[in-house]
Amino acid sequence: MKNFGFTVIKQRTIDYDQFDGRLLNEILENEPSFKVCLSCGGCTATCSAGDLVSFNIRRMNLMLRRGETSELENEIQKCMLCGKCQLVCPRGINLRNVIMLIKKNVVKYKSLSK
Amino acid sequence: MKHIVVIGGGIAGIEVACELTDAGHWVTIIEKESNIGGKLNNWSYLFPDFTPAEKIRESLQEKCEQKDFSILRETKIQSLERKNGKFEIQTSVNQQLNADAIVLATGYELFDAQRKEEYGYKIYDHVITSADLEKLLLPDGNLTTVTGEHPKRIAFVHCVGSRDEKSGNHYCSKVCCVTGVKQAIELKKRLPDVEIFCFYMDLRMYGKHFEELYRDAQEKYDIQFIRGRLSEASEKIDKSLLIKAEDTLSGRPLKMNVDLLVLLIGMEVGKGTAEAASACLLQCEDSGFLKTVDSFLKSNQSNSDGIFLAGSCTAPMSINDTILHARSAASEVNKWLKLMN
Amino acid sequence: MKLEGKRNIWKDYQKEIANDNYFYVRSCIRQNFFPGSEQTFLKILRTELNKDVYENPNHTTCSGIGYHSDVVPFETLQTIVARQFALMTEAGYKNLAVSCITSFGIYNEVIETWKEFPKELEKIRAFLKKATGREFEVPENVAHASDIIYKFREDIFAKSKLALVNKNTGKPLRIVEHIGCHYSKMFPSKGVGGAEFPHVLVGMIESWGGEVIDYPERRHCCGFGFRQYLVMSNRGYSVSNSRKKFESMEPYKPDAILCNCPGCPMFLDRWQYVIEEMEGKTYGENGHGIPVLTYEELAGLVLGYNPWDMGIQMHQTNVEPLLDKMGVCYDPKLKYAGKNGKLIGNPAMTGYTCE
Repeated sequence: MKNFGFTVIKQRTIDYDQFDGRLLNEILENEPSFKVCLSCGGCTATCSAGDLVSFNIRRMNLMLRRGETSELENEIQKCMLCGKCQLVCPRGINLRNVIMLIKKNVVKYKSLSK
Repeated sequence: MKHIVVIGGGIAGIEVACELTDAGHWVTIIEKESNIGGKLNNWSYLFPDFTPAEKIRESLQEKCEQKDFSILRETKIQSLERKNGKFEIQTSVNQQLNADAIVLATGYELFDAQRKEEYGYKIYDHVITSADLEKLLLPDGNLTTVTGEHPKRIAFVHCVGSRDEKSGNHYCSKVCCVTGVKQAIELKKRLPDVEIFCFYMDLRMYGKHFEELYRDAQEKYDIQFIRGRLSEASEKIDKSLLIKAEDTLSGRPLKMNVDLLVLLIGMEVGKGTAEAASACLLQCEDSGFLKTVDSFLKSNQSNSDGIFLAGSCTAPMSINDTILHARSAASEVNKWLKLMN
Repeated sequence: MKLEGKRNIWKDYQKEIANDNYFYVRSCIRQNFFPGSEQTFLKILRTELNKDVYENPNHTTCSGIGYHSDVVPFETLQTIVARQFALMTEAGYKNLAVSCITSFGIYNEVIETWKEFPKELEKIRAFLKKATGREFEVPENVAHASDIIYKFREDIFAKSKLALVNKNTGKPLRIVEHIGCHYSKMFPSKGVGGAEFPHVLVGMIESWGGEVIDYPERRHCCGFGFRQYLVMSNRGYSVSNSRKKFESMEPYKPDAILCNCPGCPMFLDRWQYVIEEMEGKTYGENGHGIPVLTYEELAGLVLGYNPWDMGIQMHQTNVEPLLDKMGVCYDPKLKYAGKNGKLIGNPAMTGYTCE
């Protein structure tokens, strides 16, 4: 390829029409309580991992809903499964199960999409 | 002449009693406290325009003196029976009342902030509720903290006991958002050097002039709004408070030291309403508030024919909405009594 | 801080703690970390309080650490727990006394699961029968060993030789209490005082004359957290969480840290040494560390037991500053002596200022 000293810039818009909802749907089907997230951030405020590294459990929901699943696989590894997020959640979401479902399924859908 | 018994002598009860007296009925109010006015007595200034609550209280008082209805104070309803199309009521002081119609105006209770143990209300010296703060906002209210100084940084926590599964309350209490904005402005007027932060999940400025008040808070009073729910508060060695939240819009955990934390407590149906509802065999919503037949055309009718509902026993409600709801209850009672004739 | 508010919360979280006849289940890791603590517990119960405590040498791990690290499935865990209950049933006991906080959490989690899902209980009964031929009853009372010391804290104080008072100043010793996460954070009603303001260790400290320090990061985990420690590359999480607590308690100048969990005293003790080595920072007075004790060790000191008999020399952060303040009689020369009084050699590696 030729280099003209500049690049064709990739659009950074979330292209919702390209959204692959399979991973999200699988998680919501197995843990419906995840639907009611308020994005209040109580989970991240109390997270023992997020205090030390750039892990944000609240954003998992958004990443899934916007199809940013490529980052998800690495992100989810940072969780220490301490369960404090679940104690604080005002909507009573079973976050431990959500994390386990993401861990399990993120790999499955990655291999499916290859 | 028809006799109507109104249960509850707060804003809704008195408003409905006035309207029904004007319509030519005989009205008796049953009030569990010795004072009338109900929860209005907790507040000093009212949103959105800082009207002194005293003004509304005086007008209620005046109405009670002018209008020809009676108030049974320190009295509760014990039981209710239907006999020949009329109601027979036993009170807690062994009186028997006969009525043609009943209006429940039993109101709400404030959420007990001690139930959110992680915020340390009544444990940490510098944690207060919006109801506690309201009393301090009167001209003679003392705004110094236990250290004898004026607070330099204050945080408000929205949705304490509302929208919270852990408190058992899924619903929104509706009035706390604007109460927080109002109180923040009042504090800033009294203490111009103080920094104020409101920790919110959503700001619901639903009413007339509410959004303008929010804008004033930002524009004129430099009040800062952080979108995140507090996970905990704890006391430091100098008695200031360490609070933690996620600043969700920057996506990072945030901690901050404050020397006053105000918990914006929500509304709950409370014991008074629950007891009256069970005496009258009325149905409740999942939230505990009383069920109305529908949300549009019959929002004052209970599941029991002839028993009407007024004010915040049906849902969290502001004072102006309560007055309107009470007036519409009176009109529904009137219509129903005419139909019965 | 208003004590009245805490008392209100404590009233709401009072639990039934059996009075006598305990079936004692041990911790896997405490016997290595703090080998004298469980022995001290048995001594206090049997000789000071005249209680009946039964131990069955056939009892095993509850497999909780494996469960929390995702190597033991829930069914396996439940069946192992069921086997402990079978040993208890066979011995005719109904009151479980648990040494370990992880196990205490596990026993509660399993029993609550069976209450919510009775079919699960039937399944596990079948598993255990098939695997071992044993049958079991669910315990009537589950108490953590610290609950039992809490229950008898006044009886212990009545027999005490020393109080938690600084003998030089006459002032109460200032003690940080640290509760294991699985004691009440999973089931607040299973812990004395609940999850936010637990009373179990506070009660001991106050009854024995000490003063409790409530500092901002009191509720925070010690940092152990299973996967934070078990995988070496994760240990930064563990030590950083401990450090967060040390930084937060430092301004209060604590005389000691008191724990009721196997992991917490281990990590709060050892990480002080590690932080000293890695960053040159110590948190106690005069360049010392803050002594970290188990509740049995503290009870033993109050009762006048010899610290070396309780294995206090196994701590990495030396406890002598606390012993001196309390006025405990001890012979420094016998610190590393064996049971027979013969020296078994000093440790090869100690922290330079933790000593």
